[in-house]
Amino acid sequence: MLSKGLKRKREEEEEKEPLAVDAWWLDPGHASVAQAPPAVASSSLFDLSVLKLHHSLQQSEPDLRHLVLVVNTLRRIQASMAPAAALPPVPSPPAAPSVADNLLASSDAALSASMASLLEDLSHIEGLSQAPQPLADEGPPGRSIGGAAPSLGALDLLGPATGCLLDDGLEGLFEDIDTSMYDNELWAPASEGLKPGPEDGPGKEEAPELDEAELDYLMDVLVGTQALERPPGPGR
Amino acid sequence: MVLQSSERHYRDWDHRRLGPWCSPTGSPAPLSCETGCGEGSWILVCRLLVPTQVSLLSMEEDIDTRKINNSFLRDHSYATEADIISTVEFNHTGELLATGDKGGRVVIFQREQESKNQVHRRGEYNVYSTFQSHEPEFDYLKSLEIEEKINKIRWLPQQNAAYFLLSTNDKTVKLWKVSERDKRPEGYNLKDEEGRLRDPATITTLRVPVLRPMDLMVEATPRRVFANAHTYHINSISVNSDYETYMSADDLRINLWNFEITNQSFNIVDIKPANMEELTEVITAAEFHPHHCNTFVYSSSKGTIRLCDMRASALCDRHTKFFEEPEDPSNRSFFSEIISSISDVKFSHSGRYIMTRDYLTVKVWDLNMENRPIETYQVHDYLRSKLCSLYENDCIFDKFECVWNGSDSVIMTGSYNNFFRMFDRNTKRDVTLEASRENSKPRAILKPRKVCVGGKRRKDEISVDSLDFSKKILHTAWHPSENIIAVAATNNLYIFQDKVN
Repeated sequence: MLSKGLKRKREEEEEKEPLAVDAWWLDPGHASVAQAPPAVASSSLFDLSVLKLHHSLQQSEPDLRHLVLVVNTLRRIQASMAPAAALPPVPSPPAAPSVADNLLASSDAALSASMASLLEDLSHIEGLSQAPQPLADEGPPGRSIGGAAPSLGALDLLGPATGCLLDDGLEGLFEDIDTSMYDNELWAPASEGLKPGPEDGPGKEEAPELDEAELDYLMDVLVGTQALERPPGPGR
Repeated sequence: MVLQSSERHYRDWDHRRLGPWCSPTGSPAPLSCETGCGEGSWILVCRLLVPTQVSLLSMEEDIDTRKINNSFLRDHSYATEADIISTVEFNHTGELLATGDKGGRVVIFQREQESKNQVHRRGEYNVYSTFQSHEPEFDYLKSLEIEEKINKIRWLPQQNAAYFLLSTNDKTVKLWKVSERDKRPEGYNLKDEEGRLRDPATITTLRVPVLRPMDLMVEATPRRVFANAHTYHINSISVNSDYETYMSADDLRINLWNFEITNQSFNIVDIKPANMEELTEVITAAEFHPHHCNTFVYSSSKGTIRLCDMRASALCDRHTKFFEEPEDPSNRSFFSEIISSISDVKFSHSGRYIMTRDYLTVKVWDLNMENRPIETYQVHDYLRSKLCSLYENDCIFDKFECVWNGSDSVIMTGSYNNFFRMFDRNTKRDVTLEASRENSKPRAILKPRKVCVGGKRRKDEISVDSLDFSKKILHTAWHPSENIIAVAATNNLYIFQDKVN
């Protein structure tokens, strides 16, 4: 299976900060969680969830319940980090600041590809062949844009940074493709419905290089936006 | 009309008389015909464990495992991963107690018979039979290893001298027959002394073999193997009250089987989406109604329970009833869904209620009220502020089971640190007890435990941060008619009994 060949950078493990730092909502003074859900999930929780998802996918036969619960939790976290309705889709990436760092350092494509392919494989087991394209076989994520509509759900979910899977880093993936078309589509907001929707435009799982100045600008935009915005609650 | 066995037990139970229960202050609690869970009244009957070696012996040499039990099992503590108990189940009379473990083995314990000489041994269970139910398998097509861990055991009601049970791993259900043999035919004249067949021409007399008594031997034979019907991991099996069919449930599908037919099953529930990427919910447990053979329930990872009627349609994708409690906005967190995932669902013996276990609570639902449970019990609410850490170490995904007592008045479930909890539905009292070697002397009364959540910790209390999350009680069982419980802690099986004067 695809997941067997994937490697994970050691940084990923070391990145996982002690949760106590960010876990303001775990104040033992509160008998239960704060009155309202935290406005933004800490990035470490996001990273942790992505790590769990990755671990789950690496199993030869993942525990479906565990996988589904982690995915749903990740969606909730992502939804709180990326208030979709508020931001104009084109230039503004909705991810939290530290996620941007992850994005630069990693590629989501392989993970999303592996998740999509895993779920596809699960379908294939039964001989149901509605899987439209062999997403798993594509290397550079750019190629997968064209027919990727049904798989976008998974890719959409993992749009911003996910685990580091490839040792040679981001640049290696994009050497041979022209991603200029997708530069602005990078941070497509996670749609609150869970449906794979091409309405956000193609290539949103792309990770083109951003230079530092642009990144700083984006971060300012983000921090400013997040201070103003109240995220929609996760739908049930 | 033949009385269903569960009904009979329920009625018998109402008429049982119990000794007085003592409250911690020493004064007797009110006498009740129904069982209460009165604090301080539970005693350890025995602690059993079955190291790997015992089963090998019994398999190879046909040794009566009961002889081994007394000398061998009680004090040895070699524990391998394979010995971790993964399911516990009393049979319908409570005479037998079956355990399944991660190594694919089933061990059946039998209750010690009452005798005037050894009154104190009543209530003890000894090994009756041990057999390897499932072996690890390799699925060559998918290049996957199939675990031999026994996920569930369910007994069939006894209909003749033999006992029958269903045991299942992730993929295959097996029907086992456990029977006793205490006579052996002797006197064949077809073989010579060395056991070689004699030439028929040399046999001139007709001799009828005679049955002679022999040492009791308990043998287990697989009678049916129900395979290749589940793509995903089987989490539940449930015997129907018609005793002719049973169901097996995996993450996405539920199949109905006839005991006699192994190459076919009916698919009665299928929640697999057409596109697997749209998957957001899985089946976590399923059970048949104890009396109505057309009714069953199944629970989901989103905290919902669906009751289905098989008469309505062949594929029960549309439920008859849908049980869900609205989310409490003040308790909402990123982990709300995970902690709402139901890990076990059990009908009451009466068939009027269902009990569900999610990560932090046990809930009792009335079948006639779908919008919320009638009772909610907090198992370990002090963990609510620790959810993030529990998510990190995956403990939040632990699947605890829950059980009713015979009269449906007390419910029990496990927790961490080898604690288990009982809730008395009538008195609303609850108690926390511990199943551990250090704290249990045989026949000593179990001391109620208390977890201290903050502030000053009293003597004998344990603080939340000192809890051992690797010691979890996931599997428990309650005798169908008496106050005897079986609690599985890793590779140990504890049997507790109420102290009756």
